[in-house]
Amino acid sequence: MGERLLTIKDLYIEGRSDETWTPIIKGVDLTLDKGEVLGLIGESGAGKSTLGLAAMGFCRDGVRISGGSVDFDGIDLLNASAATKRGLLGKRIAYVAQSAAASFNPAHKIIEQHVEAPVQHHVMGRAESIQDGIELYRRLRLPNPEQIGFRYPHQVSGGQLQRAMTAMAMSCRPDLIIFDEPTTALDVTTQIEVLAAIRDIVAQFDTAAIYITHDLAVVAQMADRIKVLLKGDEVEEADTRTMLSSPQQDYTRSLWAVRSFERPMKPAVATGAQPVVSVRGVTASYGKVAVLHDVSFDIHAGRTVAVVGESGSGKSTTARCITGLLPPIEGEILFDGVPLPANYRKRSKDQLRQAQMIYQMADTALNPRVTIGQIIARPLQFYGGLSGSALRKRLDELLDQIELDPKIYRDRLPSELSGGQKQRIGIARALAAEPKFIICDEVTSALDQLVAEGILRLLARLQDDLGLSYMFITHDLATVKAIADEVVVMKDGRVVEQGEKNEMFAPPHHAYTDLLLSSVPQMDPDWLDQLLAQRGVDNIGDAAVDKM
Amino acid sequence: MIAAVWIIGTFVAIGVIGWLFRAAGRAAGNRPFFRDMPFGVAYGYVFGVFALAAGVWLWTLPKAVFFRWAVMGFVGFAVAAWLFRLAGRHIGTARTRKLFRAMPLTAAFGIMIILIYAITAIFAAWIAPHAQQEIFTQANIVPGGDPALGGNPLFPLGTDQIGRDILSRLIYGAQNTVGIAFATTLIAFTVGGSLGFLAATLGGWLDQLLGRLVDVLMAIPSLIFALLLMTIASVWAGGEKWLLTVYMVLIIALIDSTRVFRLARAVGQNIVVMDYIEAAKLRGEGLGYLIFREILPNATAPLLAEFGLRFCFVFLTIASLSFLGVGIQPPLADWGTMVHDLAQFINFAAVAPQVASAPLLAASAIALLTVAVNFVVDWMLHRSSGLKE
Amino acid sequence: MNSVLRIILQRLALGLLTLFIVSIVIFTAVNLLPGDFAQAILGQGATPEAVAAIRTGLGLDQPPVVRYLAWLGGAIHGDLGTSFAQANFASFTGTTSGAKTVAEQIAPRFANTMFLAGVTAAIAVPISVTLGLLAALYRNSVFDRAANILTLTSISSPEFFLAYILILFLAVLNPILPSLSNIYDGMSFTDRLDKTLLPALTLTLVVTAHMMRMTRAAIINLLASPYIEMARLKGVSPLRVIVRHALPNALAPIINVIALNLAYLITGVVVVEVVFVYPGIGQLFVDSVKIRDIPVVQACCLIFAGAYILLNLLADILSILSNPRLRHPK
Repeated sequence: MGERLLTIKDLYIEGRSDETWTPIIKGVDLTLDKGEVLGLIGESGAGKSTLGLAAMGFCRDGVRISGGSVDFDGIDLLNASAATKRGLLGKRIAYVAQSAAASFNPAHKIIEQHVEAPVQHHVMGRAESIQDGIELYRRLRLPNPEQIGFRYPHQVSGGQLQRAMTAMAMSCRPDLIIFDEPTTALDVTTQIEVLAAIRDIVAQFDTAAIYITHDLAVVAQMADRIKVLLKGDEVEEADTRTMLSSPQQDYTRSLWAVRSFERPMKPAVATGAQPVVSVRGVTASYGKVAVLHDVSFDIHAGRTVAVVGESGSGKSTTARCITGLLPPIEGEILFDGVPLPANYRKRSKDQLRQAQMIYQMADTALNPRVTIGQIIARPLQFYGGLSGSALRKRLDELLDQIELDPKIYRDRLPSELSGGQKQRIGIARALAAEPKFIICDEVTSALDQLVAEGILRLLARLQDDLGLSYMFITHDLATVKAIADEVVVMKDGRVVEQGEKNEMFAPPHHAYTDLLLSSVPQMDPDWLDQLLAQRGVDNIGDAAVDKM
Repeated sequence: MIAAVWIIGTFVAIGVIGWLFRAAGRAAGNRPFFRDMPFGVAYGYVFGVFALAAGVWLWTLPKAVFFRWAVMGFVGFAVAAWLFRLAGRHIGTARTRKLFRAMPLTAAFGIMIILIYAITAIFAAWIAPHAQQEIFTQANIVPGGDPALGGNPLFPLGTDQIGRDILSRLIYGAQNTVGIAFATTLIAFTVGGSLGFLAATLGGWLDQLLGRLVDVLMAIPSLIFALLLMTIASVWAGGEKWLLTVYMVLIIALIDSTRVFRLARAVGQNIVVMDYIEAAKLRGEGLGYLIFREILPNATAPLLAEFGLRFCFVFLTIASLSFLGVGIQPPLADWGTMVHDLAQFINFAAVAPQVASAPLLAASAIALLTVAVNFVVDWMLHRSSGLKE
Repeated sequence: MNSVLRIILQRLALGLLTLFIVSIVIFTAVNLLPGDFAQAILGQGATPEAVAAIRTGLGLDQPPVVRYLAWLGGAIHGDLGTSFAQANFASFTGTTSGAKTVAEQIAPRFANTMFLAGVTAAIAVPISVTLGLLAALYRNSVFDRAANILTLTSISSPEFFLAYILILFLAVLNPILPSLSNIYDGMSFTDRLDKTLLPALTLTLVVTAHMMRMTRAAIINLLASPYIEMARLKGVSPLRVIVRHALPNALAPIINVIALNLAYLITGVVVVEVVFVYPGIGQLFVDSVKIRDIPVVQACCLIFAGAYILLNLLADILSILSNPRLRHPK
């Protein structure tokens, strides 16, 4: 092990909410040697980003360090003068933010922002720094390294911008870089090239790094050592392989176990069976822009069809066509073999009742001014005409079904519930209509992994009990693996491939499906190396997508 | 010119002293307080000391009667607001007590003033010593009620040029000016708000049509438009003074409803894109349910704040129109008209300060209420934006 | 650049269209008047000859569309018709030689109003932008809170209240500036400035409060953006963060704020001119409203609305020009 670079001792950080200070970090220790990469993982609200910024001696507005010490290479960052800290930031400690698009100043060219730190810190001259920037862009495998820096940030794609920001962090050859969820906002196929680029350049310059993420598989590729945080407290810390193979704490083990949930396969659909929902040759557009081209698939009773694709692939648009919010230009939707009117306004109350929807953001899916009881009761009154004690009884049944205690939750407002609980209310509202078919639009992607798993298990159980059919829209292949019976892969508004889950996850598949599948990070620390060895650095990410 | 040199010189001097102050602090121990102090903060400290010193110096000047009145008024209101908030924290339901605990002093001041105005307006007939249009034989009685200075204890604020009691007219002014402004705002809200929500919910050609119409109406500055329409209304109304007041209410309500429409539509559109609205639409709910059960409950906070701001705007517009002589018509007592009628008394301020106070009282009556409403709205907006974070 | 040019041309066309429709609104509003228009203007005591003279003299016997087109055509050429007051005067004296056209009446007053607005802008814009910036930089400090209360008070006060307060302190108690703005042709610039200063200061108080609050809000919004945090995390000095990272992006919102407030000035000028008896277009407008001199009211309305639309258009175009996303398309 090398020389000690960063020592954080017994750090306490508080954040202001209303007029009181509540703890965010509760006495965390952290050490980092020169050239070492530490992975910091935890769910949302664990305090990862706050801790990462504190390692730079920096606090956001409304956040304060209330105790402990941060020592960077012999400098006490918490008591250093503002000028001393400014001398370190950008020069010896650099930062890579989650959203490159928001973190680049829209008014200046990329290279101008790149040279700012070296010139301001007198590390090198402007001309030299521009040359160095181009060299860094080349090493980070950015296309057109000579020219890309002379563009404005909005003219460059997200994955490229993220690499340009990594180059900017490297501009003064710092001793330490804080990576704050640098790939979270990217699609899987783009994520992989950014990961490879970051890992290589950190290794080339022997830079120490703190890599913050919520994604275990990502951190497994990047870090030498992993520290797990939970609500501002450290859970455990170990080197990457030990941590992955034998986690010590229950919490860590449960995090690891999430990925192993997979429901048993169902018997194949009998040939000639009537599908519940049948999408037939649907073509749709927003204004003049065509977004769906000849999309067709069937959903059978009691089965889950996962519709997979990256952002902009037309998954959600397909759902809007099925619900009737976006009448298709061509094609039709059959329900139990009967064509549905294209516009939802023309559908009968019973047709509307049969197909329900659960949304991605539970926050916007529940009216914040209405109690949980009223939210779930409305479909019961509206469709079933229930009232009085019958209504009350059915309401309590539904709350029981989603595993929430009716006595406690009936009269609460959505804001008093956690994210997972809100999503359960969304499910209960859909169930209250007693539908045959439910569209689940990215229902788990806004949730932490443990909570998401609970929702998936609940949905699977309800399907078994009630014989529901699901259309499951997701970009996450782990979710597909866990819950789907059949898979439809979409790209640019077309169905690329569809079939039984087992067939889909076993080769050979369509080239795009293959790319999508192989780009999903695995828990194996050697996964990225193997993939790169197998495909070559030039055959991942956008480059591979473009070749298709 | 010389005054400008003096002002700039003072600012530069403060800067120099501020710089020296910080340098001295750094030389003596270099505590983090001085070490990390930006120049702007050092400047601020010195500026504060200067302003305080200037205030004390002004207070001691025998001529500065109005300054002393202003300071006393300011301190008096601050103390009253503080006591009011203290009372609010101990009286009332648990919810209001909680509200008062987190309330800044400015908001407490605002609520207190609004309450006082409301009571005055409602009970004007009982509070006022005389009728608003009653003319007494003695005109131009000096305010103060001291016979030695030309006052009369029967008329504590004196009488105007034709002998009407100023205090009574001020009190009735609360009823007329505030009442008319409130009614106007209410009409503007009913019309603009319902059309705005309708446009947001239905979209399509109705939204387009109303939107364009409002764009055109808003392209004419509101006071100018009001004056134009008032010209026409005055021809319509002929000699009927009360009819002109009614027309004014309708005209200002029309002009203001365009602003309310814009806001209601924007708020409505933000809510309409929410998934719970989509869920309700897909359930097959009707328009009434969507607007009254799903949209409206979520729009109350911004709408209430807007109501306050709109009220201020309407109130000021009416006051301005009245001041210009085309607003609320006599014999109704109204603050804008009173300022206009009593304005020339200001010229006596140097010899008899209390004489000049009459028009200023009417003008401050207007300002005080708008300040109060603005403080409350500011606090409400701050609270709702704070809750979102 | 091409797309920016197209957007700007679109906005210009839209602005012209709005002005056209506004002119229709102003014209039709006046034609909503019931009964005999000329009779209503002159009152019951007018002789039938005088009424008839006005009717033919002003073309009131023509159908509305013809009259509108004539009015609009005249307005474009700078001919805004003859004022009723003047026409009335002419019909009594039996000669038209002494009558002034509306354009002749408005032109000198328009120049005076522009002078007042110019002086106000020259004082208010630098002060309010600086103060707004400072309030944003030192937000939640004592300075910021005091500024918040002061500006709210100033916004809440009617213009005539602020005007009388200034008269009280700067003209009556301490005779520094004149309280009456009797401006005439051939005055020296300094004299003119001296007489204009008090109304200009009143308007400054109103406009500064608005502008400062809006600038503050715009800057605070901007300082919260991730690229400002990124600049600070690069160890850039606070001054450079403001000058290099915040200001280029703040330009658009600040320009917008200034233009919007200059547009607001147009309304504010009416009341202030009346208080100080300043011979501007606002005072003429109010006087004409009182005597129901409709051609003058129409013309003033059109000028006010035109200036208002123009300034809003300017704000729009400048903020388009300062947006890097539009200036450098993909």
